[in-house]
Amino acid sequence: MAERQTVDARGAFCPGPLMELIAALKLASVGDEVEVLSSDKGSVNDIPAWVAKVGHQFVGSTELDGYWSVVVKKAK
Amino acid sequence: MSKTILIVGGGLAGTIVANGLCRQLGAQLRSGAVSITMLGASDTHMYQPGLLYVPFGRMREHELFREQSRVLDRRIHYYVDPAKNVDVEKKQVSTESGRTFKYDYLVLATGSRIMPQSIPGMQEAAHWFYDLEGARKLRDALNNFQGGKIVVNINAPHKCPVAPVEFTLMLHEFLEGKGIRDKCEITYTYPIGRLHSLEPVAHWAGPVFEKLGIKSEIFFNTESVDPIGKTITSMEGSVMPFDLLVTIPPHEGAAVISESGLGKGGWVPTNTKTLHREGSDDIFVVGDTTNIPISKAGSTAHFEADVLIDNLASLVQEGRWAREYDGKAFCFIETGFSTGTYVWFNYQTPPTVAPPSQMLHWFKLAYNRLYWLSARGLL
Ligand SMILES: Cc1cc2nc3c(=O)[nH]c(=O)nc-3n(C[C@H](O)[C@H](O)[C@H](O)COP(=O)(O)OP(=O)(O)OC[C@H]3O[C@@H](n4cnc5c(N)ncnc54)[C@H](O)[C@@H]3O)c2cc1C
Repeated sequence: MAERQTVDARGAFCPGPLMELIAALKLASVGDEVEVLSSDKGSVNDIPAWVAKVGHQFVGSTELDGYWSVVVKKAK
Repeated sequence: MSKTILIVGGGLAGTIVANGLCRQLGAQLRSGAVSITMLGASDTHMYQPGLLYVPFGRMREHELFREQSRVLDRRIHYYVDPAKNVDVEKKQVSTESGRTFKYDYLVLATGSRIMPQSIPGMQEAAHWFYDLEGARKLRDALNNFQGGKIVVNINAPHKCPVAPVEFTLMLHEFLEGKGIRDKCEITYTYPIGRLHSLEPVAHWAGPVFEKLGIKSEIFFNTESVDPIGKTITSMEGSVMPFDLLVTIPPHEGAAVISESGLGKGGWVPTNTKTLHREGSDDIFVVGDTTNIPISKAGSTAHFEADVLIDNLASLVQEGRWAREYDGKAFCFIETGFSTGTYVWFNYQTPPTVAPPSQMLHWFKLAYNRLYWLSARGLL
């Protein structure tokens, strides 16, 4: 069954939200979703750009109280 | 009744915690109110950061090792008997030899390990320096290298975020010293959209790489390596030829963690401030094996260990909590064979890089020796 995992990368300067997402996707199964919480606005652009490049699916991003939730589905 | 503290993993974090607890719980250890047991995988302790120097012949293998019994306080019951299963319900750990250890408090400090086998072709075709065997092979490969394309390939996740940059700069100097730099092309690949996850390190490395003629490719996450055709392919669709491939393979935590159902990939869900395993108030997690989204580094492990020692000692002696971990990390960075710098940050403070100097390089060299004092808890 597809799972949803949340990676809380708020305030994480290193390795940072995209690197955390890449690591989480490696352990996920096809169809699983990974939600990344990030306080870095750059991730809101970086993550969808990278996801499109490698062929995963960008589900969406939401601005919350001073941070962003970015959701990605593992497609392959 | 006597309380048992069981530490699984005798690397940097586990050793600092064990020695620090002995210092703070002297009276309880003497009276028998507390006992400390550690399960490890080896009777030797390796200084991992020293592996960086091995391929360049700048650190001898024997300098990396000490007997674990000499690094650990004698009051610790140390067993070379790796944990096989952690049962959080029964509060016990079973080992490979079939023993069972009960605990009142458990400290998980099993670190992280490289997984070149997780990428097709990587194990056959690549070199690395993140374990001793790999560092030896890379030393031989560099000694025999007469020129060609070298790819330094970094994969996520990995420990010690600065080692790949240090290695690349040292490689440049090594090839210059050998008189073959003009016959070599160095390309550095990185998983995200800049040269390093730490933004100031990325900004600093850009012009330095340019000046030294080191090429780079960002957004490069390895999909496969072709050992026969000698090419490396990224998930992003790039194919790069190489004569020598030096990789930082992706990492996972210890098998015992995932096999005991304590965390996917061996990463234990951990409270970022208290270092409790999420959902357990008798299990603490320290060092590389936490899932805390900060650098997996010896310094992180050390700062976490200091907090854990204070909290565990306070809990045992006074039944109260001492303090929280603030996310502190600090890394020395070798910028060649004769200069160095450092970077530090925590959950609140963004990282900054100090200007490289010879003095900071000497500090790092001094730390390479002082490590043993720090593991003993004396520094
Ligand atoms: C090449 C290189 C360079 C580095 N440079 C730096 C640097 O400059 N600065 C820095 O801060 N950090 C550096 N690091 C990183 C640093 O070494 C690690 O982050 C640090 O050792 C983490 O400590 P730890 O205790 O979590 O893990 P480790 O020190 O790896 O210890 C984990 C221990 O657990 C044991 N273990 C595993 N499974 C079991 C089991 N089932 N039962 C019992 N025991 C088990 C292992 O054998 C190991 O001894 C470097 C690492 C490498 C490889």
